[in-house]
Amino acid sequence: MASRSNVVFLVVLGALAVVSPAVGHISPYYYDIVVSIGISMILAASLNLINGYTGQFSLGHAGFMAVGAYASSWLTLRAGTPGGAGGAVVFAGALLAGSVAAALTGLAVGAPSLRLRGDYLAIVTLGFNEIIKGAIQNAEPLGAQRGLGGMGKYTGFFSTFACAALTVFVIHNLVRSTYGRGFLATHDDEIAAESVGLNTTRYKIAAFTIGAFFAGLAGGLYAHFKQFIHPEAFGFTRSMDIVVMVILGGMGRMVGVCLAAALLTVLPEVLRYVSHLGFLPEWLRHVAENRMIIYSLLLIVVMIARPQGLFSLKPARARS
Amino acid sequence: MRLLRSVLSPVLIVVALATSAAAQDRIKVGEFASLTGGNASFGQSSHKGTQLAIEAINAAGGVLGKNLQLITEDDQSLAGQPATIVQKFIAEDKVVAVLGEVASSKSLEAAPICQQNHIPMISPASTNPKVTEVGDYIFRICFIDPFQGTVMAKFALAQGWKKVAVLTDVKQDYSVGLADFFVKYFTAHGGEIVKEQKYSTGDKDFKPQLTSLKGAQPDAIFVPGYYAEVALIGKQARLLGLKVPLLGGDGWVGDSLLKVAGNSLDGSFFSCHFSAEDKSPAVQDFVAKFRARYQETPDDMAALGYDSAMILAEAIKRAGTTEGDKLRDAIAATKNHPGITGNITLDAQRNAAKPAVILTIRDGGFKFQETVAP
Repeated sequence: MASRSNVVFLVVLGALAVVSPAVGHISPYYYDIVVSIGISMILAASLNLINGYTGQFSLGHAGFMAVGAYASSWLTLRAGTPGGAGGAVVFAGALLAGSVAAALTGLAVGAPSLRLRGDYLAIVTLGFNEIIKGAIQNAEPLGAQRGLGGMGKYTGFFSTFACAALTVFVIHNLVRSTYGRGFLATHDDEIAAESVGLNTTRYKIAAFTIGAFFAGLAGGLYAHFKQFIHPEAFGFTRSMDIVVMVILGGMGRMVGVCLAAALLTVLPEVLRYVSHLGFLPEWLRHVAENRMIIYSLLLIVVMIARPQGLFSLKPARARS
Repeated sequence: MRLLRSVLSPVLIVVALATSAAAQDRIKVGEFASLTGGNASFGQSSHKGTQLAIEAINAAGGVLGKNLQLITEDDQSLAGQPATIVQKFIAEDKVVAVLGEVASSKSLEAAPICQQNHIPMISPASTNPKVTEVGDYIFRICFIDPFQGTVMAKFALAQGWKKVAVLTDVKQDYSVGLADFFVKYFTAHGGEIVKEQKYSTGDKDFKPQLTSLKGAQPDAIFVPGYYAEVALIGKQARLLGLKVPLLGGDGWVGDSLLKVAGNSLDGSFFSCHFSAEDKSPAVQDFVAKFRARYQETPDDMAALGYDSAMILAEAIKRAGTTEGDKLRDAIAATKNHPGITGNITLDAQRNAAKPAVILTIRDGGFKFQETVAP
């Protein structure tokens, strides 16, 4: 199993390297959307480890993303945003450092709060998200309420999707390893897992730390793509968006979650496009103009029609 | 999937043909605004003003013999969206210029992309000084924060107030900036700052600071904060028997200011971009047109949105072309543009030098007091 996924991972990386130069020629607008899809995939896949496989309910994923975004931006700005090969090295180092910083934050959040379950945990993670946001809003070296800009545009198609592939590869292999079965056991029945000697708190903390690591990675990519970050970008709304991707894709279904991340990133842009189509009747364009209402309606319909997730073929695993 | 593609591709071709045919006789302008989300009230207002201006320009024959086409996109008040939208404007719609945004954090995200592509961008109401520092293609037509401090100092001196106290919100760059410029101008022109006190956003009790200010017996108190705290400050000042007028900036404008403060702020003054009560013919004409179009009274964001589109149209006419570099130069050369928010001249830093409007609070409402030139 593991060896097969290794091959798949390498093939995907190779395919990305081949496709990458061609993607560079598409319109900057579509390029922006494509890269956004990749970043969403990393966020959704990493939250899937926490909310999907391990069955916890985190509402604070954007907080970890913020740590990665700010830490990596601070580093590349410190390094003077060099170009060329030096820039690539600095960027890779900053991404890694940002991810580690996010992972440490995940550990700090997880250790005291993961003795909690369900709704209580959700509230605590939500609180931590606000704390991280609030701390940045008051941190002068990070631009505080003014936001932080001037980062080099290091993020591209290849770096984003290579990171997305890495995220999916690591998490997929992790939950299928002998150790990783503990995540699923924690999800299925915590008491039963404890009774056979699994330390479920440790699994939860591990899930949070690893999930936060990849969220930090996504944050670093985001910051060096948009070249401007602001505390408001990492608030509750963003966290909720990621939760919706995981739920819509089917909790604990990696392919579904990635597809949902892509769909939910593209959908608002498609509705934007529809709202400008000249040949459509006025009222229909007006409906599409209120695209956030349509978007929300779609979510409600999907949740009623397919509670197990849009892309999951088997019925959802029973949730405790 | 194949079905989807077979249906979509002919549709896309038709659309592409239709839009390219229409594009010949129109000049496209992109506008990004927060039409939904947290800042929707600002975004809706500025959009209405912008739309009204574009309609007026086209009714008067357009520019360079062509009509302007306004392409508006909603950024949902979300970070990350402005960058995507501006990419779309430039790559897909081929706009000649970009208008937006009210919130500085959104303008700061869009500005580097406009700068890189040499597409001029005019922000109607982003007051953060950093916005226009992004590059020489980025303009704004509102005054920046510190300017209001100077205006209020001028106003206070004109009223004959020589001894003024200052109460600053140390958590807000906005407040600190206004206070600095106020003190600088006021003391340089013969005024005296008798006492300075500080508070933080979110404070509820200001009695210690106010008691200390009262002891200094000022003629007026400058409170360049936001409406939530200012309302409480006004209320508590009156409770302590502090009857001197309070002075402030546009941060005072908020629905809840008078709801919370009641009549305790009567006789106070603050600076602002625009007042619908201004009796000048240009303002009254704009207010009448706006009411006829939208059945509501325009606020300062609507007026600034209107002015931003008008300045762009004027610049296109003067440039005689929509080519990026020449259009940029024409916008930069804007001088004494008779706008709704006053005569606008763009300075070398691409910021607007223009008058501020001073409003007073009386009978439970904001009343127009006077216009103060820079």
